[in-house]
Amino acid sequence: MTPLLDVRSLTKTYGGRIGCADVSFTLWPGEVLGIVGESGSGKSTLLGCLAGQLSPDTGEVIFDTRAEGPRDVLSMSEAERRMLGRTDWAFVHQNPRDGLRMRVSAGGNVGERLMAVGARHYGDIRADALDWLGRVEIHESRIDDRPAAFSGGMQQRLQIARNLVTGPRLVFMDEPTGGLDVSVQARLLDLIRGLVRRMGLSAIVVTHDLAVVRLLADRLMVMKDGHVIETGLTDQVLDDPQAAYTQLLVSSVLQV
Amino acid sequence: MSDYNFAYLDEQTKRMIRRAILKGVAVPGYQVPFASREMPMPYGWGTGGVQVSAACLTPEDTLKVIDQGADDTTNAVSIRKFFEKTAGVAVTEKTAEATIIQTRHRIPEEPLTEDQILVYQVPIPEPLRFLEPSEVETRKMHALEDYGLMHVKLYEDISRHGEIATAYAYPVTVEDRYVMDPSPIPKFDNPKLVSAALQLFGAGREQRIYAVPPYTKVVSLDFEDYPFDPSKAPHPCALCGAEDTYLDEVITDDQGGRMFVCSDTDYCAQRREDAA
Repeated sequence: MTPLLDVRSLTKTYGGRIGCADVSFTLWPGEVLGIVGESGSGKSTLLGCLAGQLSPDTGEVIFDTRAEGPRDVLSMSEAERRMLGRTDWAFVHQNPRDGLRMRVSAGGNVGERLMAVGARHYGDIRADALDWLGRVEIHESRIDDRPAAFSGGMQQRLQIARNLVTGPRLVFMDEPTGGLDVSVQARLLDLIRGLVRRMGLSAIVVTHDLAVVRLLADRLMVMKDGHVIETGLTDQVLDDPQAAYTQLLVSSVLQV
Repeated sequence: MSDYNFAYLDEQTKRMIRRAILKGVAVPGYQVPFASREMPMPYGWGTGGVQVSAACLTPEDTLKVIDQGADDTTNAVSIRKFFEKTAGVAVTEKTAEATIIQTRHRIPEEPLTEDQILVYQVPIPEPLRFLEPSEVETRKMHALEDYGLMHVKLYEDISRHGEIATAYAYPVTVEDRYVMDPSPIPKFDNPKLVSAALQLFGAGREQRIYAVPPYTKVVSLDFEDYPFDPSKAPHPCALCGAEDTYLDEVITDDQGGRMFVCSDTDYCAQRREDAA
């Protein structure tokens, strides 16, 4: 089996400062990888490099494309990378306002990726949009409403629907539950977990919330100061942390 | 006339504009940036069209200028006078007699020929402008043929109005490549973009020139189940009786009285003359 994503010694510096340094890992089909660490540890830089939004200084990001097999994403042309970005990849932003078009209706938001890859039948696009709104628990009567009229949790669910509509194989999530209250968080996590399992998605979830990775991730990577300091199965890392920083992180979680 | 260069612009400017036009013709639908000059009229009055016309004019040309189809509105009259004065060219109101036609918001009803050039005045050349505010991003989208967003606009139209409600500046794909704004012509005129004449588009304020060469494939965007419909008011012209022309609605009194007349004044006058 070929890994879906194979990252080799990825380094990104901002001038003299390290964004992330010498990160290597492989992601297998159907696997969810969690990346945790405190603010400024390089999580978002790493995710940005992987998703083609930032250009790393050195390293390789090899993605197993549908048509041509494993290819280095960084050496692709921008056209190819964009195509990947709206077919096989999805990116769920922390703030749904970054990932949604706020002045376009919910149906238009979900349909955008379909139209970007060539769907030209209004009825079909609308049917797909309705189907996906249902899957993320947004009532079909809201299809023509703008996201601005939605609550934070609904916006986040809409963003997920908009991203998954083309059946991607790899989803990047940047703090998908950030800024939501806990009960909404729980339902959203439940929804994401269900979708990921049912569609057999691979996902990379960046978060500082250990509960999120406990629920979603199969494997965990702990980052500090741009370096990966510990990796392993989620339960193993969280229940028996080895690195001093991971121990601190795990013991910092508030218990109620 | 020897004290001035022919047709107002200095030679260097004309060369620069002609280079932009040639590039535009070579890459149909692509917006070529050019160093738009100050013209003796405000932006929005056709500074782009005037510069393109000036660069194309030769002393043998006959010029026609229309504004919303009419030859006798302020904009058309003043631009026509401008070229009469600065180029000394012959002018006409007859579509068939003109070699260069500068237009604002209409394509003449009478089919154009290979010997004619149609120059459009364009306010906003970027079809993606109201969907994507960043110029950097829209250029990238054109370069990568990333036009899904254009259909999102049409989708929104249908979901809100039950049909594609865009009635003017209706986006088209040129030669299966660039999505282009045909300037604010009514969508009724879109089929006429496939023409025997060379069509040039000049946007003065936005500093862009683009072109549709003769017989170029121009397709209006649509959905399979909501095909493009070049609609018009369901009336005949009240003056000449034509049923296949684009009509203006004219309010005649304050009692709700109105009439529909051809927006192309020359075409309408010609028909009435022929009938008489």
